[in-house]
Amino acid sequence: MLLQIENLSVHYGAIHALKGISLEVAAGEIVTLIGPNGAGKTTLLRTISGVLRGSSGQILYDGFPMEMMPPHRIVAQGIAQVPEGRLIFQNLTVLENLELGAYSRRDRHGLKVEQEWIFHLFPRLQERLSQQAGTLSGGEQQMLAIGRALMAKPRLLLLDEPSLGLAPALVQQIFKALVEINRQGTTLLLVEQDAYLALETSQRGYVMETGEIKLSGKSAELLSNPQVKKAYLGQ
Amino acid sequence: MTEFLQQIINGLAWGAIYGLIALGYTMVYGVLRLINFAHGDIYMVGAMVGYYVARWIPQGTGLASFLSSLLAAMIVCGLLGALIERLAYKPLRHAPRINALITAIGVSLFLEYAGQLLFGADPKFFPNLIADKVFLQWHGIVINQIQVLIFSVTIVLMVLIHTIVQKTRLGKAMRAVSFSHTASQLVGINLNAVITFTFVLGSSLAGAAGILVSLSNPKIEPMMGIMPGLKAFVAAVLGGIGSIPGALVGGLLMGLSETFVVGYISSTYRDALAFLLLIVILLVRPSGLFGRSTAEKV
Repeated sequence: MLLQIENLSVHYGAIHALKGISLEVAAGEIVTLIGPNGAGKTTLLRTISGVLRGSSGQILYDGFPMEMMPPHRIVAQGIAQVPEGRLIFQNLTVLENLELGAYSRRDRHGLKVEQEWIFHLFPRLQERLSQQAGTLSGGEQQMLAIGRALMAKPRLLLLDEPSLGLAPALVQQIFKALVEINRQGTTLLLVEQDAYLALETSQRGYVMETGEIKLSGKSAELLSNPQVKKAYLGQ
Repeated sequence: MTEFLQQIINGLAWGAIYGLIALGYTMVYGVLRLINFAHGDIYMVGAMVGYYVARWIPQGTGLASFLSSLLAAMIVCGLLGALIERLAYKPLRHAPRINALITAIGVSLFLEYAGQLLFGADPKFFPNLIADKVFLQWHGIVINQIQVLIFSVTIVLMVLIHTIVQKTRLGKAMRAVSFSHTASQLVGINLNAVITFTFVLGSSLAGAAGILVSLSNPKIEPMMGIMPGLKAFVAAVLGGIGSIPGALVGGLLMGLSETFVVGYISSTYRDALAFLLLIVILLVRPSGLFGRSTAEKV
């Protein structure tokens, strides 16, 4: 298993945000995590990245415990994240954003390769390299957020709501890119509101509600699960 | 007219020093959203360090001893800044912002009274490292050697800071941290290292300012940082707190207006002016001159 989470709990003060989550991601997979607002999906991703700390449980990456590692070292280990709301550095240029994405890397010469790959995925970023990132459109900002995360050359890419606030055509484009990223060997853990799209794109899925995993299984099975259909697919 | 131009030169020299101190306020605010009220006292420590170093140097005066005391003050203040951050502010990183602000006032008082204990409460006289000789005279306008030194050191340091912040890896990380701590951590930036670096940078500038002021105002004592510290803070707010060019421009404007008040009205109102300015800025343009949301914030 590339990522193995066992019985993870996270508290915000008195609030029990994650109540003993267990979840697995194998190398090469696309795994999705769906669930309503406030279920704890963002909390889970931020805890994997080390920005939040769990109160108990284990996060194993390639078999090594990661719970105590500071965020910058987790990135260096190969786990990058496209955060909720993109959080691109609006006060910096597109190029500087990409450069910062590679902050944890020591192999300077490899960066060009990643950049070319990102421009291949999102040609629009290349046109806007010297522009302030804050002036990009929502879709371009999402592309930049994904590009920035790819600059770290991650083995595991965590994505928090990449479709949020984007027009359907752009969402299609972003998801096509995600599939291509996965084909090139990057494992994806995808948190998504658009349950249908997420389950269509992934091999396996987890359904999370109020800090707990309620359901899990192959995405195709979840798509036809009556509970999922009713709660998340509007059928 | 001659007098007017002379006032401008004197004002710019003062303003350059305010600008150096204001940079430290603005950079620390950029990465931590904290007004480091101890910053003025670091400037005092800079002057004290310079005083002791200059006395140890056998030749006593001249450019070489000036540069060595400058360097010593910058290094000691840089380390002191890092130490203060580590001991006083880091434990409060996730506490409400007001806690850190009150702590900053505490650190400020601590430095002032520790200074009295360590250096004594009586004023000391900074050695006359650079002779107060005329460097340039033109139609009655005088620029003296100390002013030339103030301008040159300030310009060198400003260019250095600009290059660090705009071009280097760590500088880009500083700008990223000033935008969002979470996003910075998620791209692999070591948040603690960047914050420490910011304190080192800002505090070493305050140390340099301490030496530059002591050249022309040699009377130094442990409370000397209070007023310039507050005025530099006002300068940073005037320029737009968080903005690096704003700190410089704010400092220069502060220096100029102070000199004009002293020159044309009365030196009694010198200190009142800073706070009058603060009130006016807060009423008219709270974000300061360069404080638009799109402005570069560090």
